[in-house]
Amino acid sequence: MTPPPVEVRGLVKRYGELTAVAGVDLTVNAGDVYGYLGPNGAGKTTSLRMMLGLIRPTEGSVRLFGRDPQESVEALQGVAGFVEAPTFYPYMSGLRNLQLLAAYDGGGAAERIDRALGLVELTGRASDRVGGYSHGMRQRLGIAAALLRDPQLLLLDEPATGLDPAGMRDMRLLIHRLAGEGMTVLLSSHLLGEVEELCNRVAIVRSGRIVYEGTIAALARGAGTMYRLASSDDEQARLVCAAQPGIGEVRTDHGKLAFSADEASVGELSRALIEAGVLIHELAPMTVTLEDLFFSLTEGEETAVEAPHDEPAEVAG
Amino acid sequence: MSATTAAPPAAAPSVPVIGRRPGIATVYRWELTKLRYQKRTYLGLGAAVLVPILFALAIHFRGGHHHGGFAFSDYLSRTGLAVPLVILLFGAIWMFPLIVALVAGDIFASEDHNGTLKTVLTRSLERQQLFIGKALVAATYAVVAILLDGTVAVIAGSLESGFNSLQSLSGTVVSAPKALELVYVSLLVYLIPIAAIVCIGLLLSALTRNSAAAVVGTLMISLLIQLIGVLPGLQGTQPYLLSTQFNAWQGLLRTPIDWSPIIQAVWVCALYAVPALVAAFLIFLRRDVAGG
Repeated sequence: MTPPPVEVRGLVKRYGELTAVAGVDLTVNAGDVYGYLGPNGAGKTTSLRMMLGLIRPTEGSVRLFGRDPQESVEALQGVAGFVEAPTFYPYMSGLRNLQLLAAYDGGGAAERIDRALGLVELTGRASDRVGGYSHGMRQRLGIAAALLRDPQLLLLDEPATGLDPAGMRDMRLLIHRLAGEGMTVLLSSHLLGEVEELCNRVAIVRSGRIVYEGTIAALARGAGTMYRLASSDDEQARLVCAAQPGIGEVRTDHGKLAFSADEASVGELSRALIEAGVLIHELAPMTVTLEDLFFSLTEGEETAVEAPHDEPAEVAG
Repeated sequence: MSATTAAPPAAAPSVPVIGRRPGIATVYRWELTKLRYQKRTYLGLGAAVLVPILFALAIHFRGGHHHGGFAFSDYLSRTGLAVPLVILLFGAIWMFPLIVALVAGDIFASEDHNGTLKTVLTRSLERQQLFIGKALVAATYAVVAILLDGTVAVIAGSLESGFNSLQSLSGTVVSAPKALELVYVSLLVYLIPIAAIVCIGLLLSALTRNSAAAVVGTLMISLLIQLIGVLPGLQGTQPYLLSTQFNAWQGLLRTPIDWSPIIQAVWVCALYAVPALVAAFLIFLRRDVAGG
């Protein structure tokens, strides 16, 4: 059986008292566009550095196509990417940088330079010094440098960070295109729209720990449907909701009550409200965005979300 | 939710095949190329060229009155071949250590500063290959700087004082061609302690991850070792100090040649160079690349 492109088990990184990554388990399957999502400082970049063999895990293991990047750089065969912003030698041209990296890649990497430059639309600026490149151009050069390796797995750390809207759109299109060509992509991000648009699976990380892994759709279902309630007596309505089985925690959202519930419980709730003498002005399902789910998982008290059992998803604590 | 999640495309092919990887020669060639693009390279080489020229000009304007009281000082106006030897004598204090530290102290630290270490270490290159390539380039730079300085000194000195015979430290007269040969062998012997300085520079570069700290630190260590040799009560340490080995080349200028200071320089310098180089290697090999 072919090992998955990325298999991380029990990954821990401690810096003295600080635990940057606290037991991450994740598997990226061939063909996935996998979002590694979390707020700044959650441990995404540290995890990616361990995956690329740049830093040593305190505990746990990383396997890229079954190979350990801590043992040999051979584990990076067929793997490319960058952590934080891609960096180059500022005193050399973009082309010269790519020639250097191609030489360090070996194989036929040098023959792919022209195509890679064309793909990221940097052919016209290739002979300019990288020191004069904009942030967006460096990001694109980073993608070009990754493509020299003819990768089957692309690890990208915040690829759209710092780009203007057009640059972000272009980056998304490029990743879409690469994924369409069969490349497995693991991208870390705190840009929810980017992840939502690009990724078929996500892991949400908080304080170095994965609090959800699975599909975005499963995450939404696992979180339950949110409802909004406007009534003649919100205080009384809140008491009725709290006493009603199947109704989740009630909170106030934009002056109305909001809670999670399944469809059957909502029917029972409307009957209970009427019996309690509360007139219902509005009782409607709310659209749950990835942003809502993200904040519910990464802010406040730490909770893990159960993915529905029919989805190929798992929960990590 | 307005999720338009990308459907997973067709599964990617199996485990990537390990292809032909670059060797140390590739790293060495590209590290040299990088050196060619950096200003500090020319700062050191510029000093190596400029100092002998200034020296020759000083001889010219002093009008032939040289009574410095140091080896070969009386011969500066009689033969240009004395110029590189006098520069070797004085360059050991800070000039040559500083020139070589400009590259050796910077070679790992600048990669940290620019964040490019992570870029090259995520290619098909083992850390040890990168280390060896960089160490060889730092050594190459030291060789080029010393030989360039010596060559410019011979040319500038000969233009000013002529390409004449040289009197050795034993008082015998050495013909100009033979003296030229001795000058170049002296430069090579001088490279022995310089190699130790390069290794210390590499260690500080890998350890501090800060170019300025590594360059200044290397120079400070060189000066500190010289200071130890002149402190009262510590003169006994002189044979084992790196600073003493900078004069080992003078054994070549005696008749017959005195090999003992040169042999001593080899093992004493090895005592400084080998631990520094091994420590630099282990630090570079095991360190987390977390910056940049």
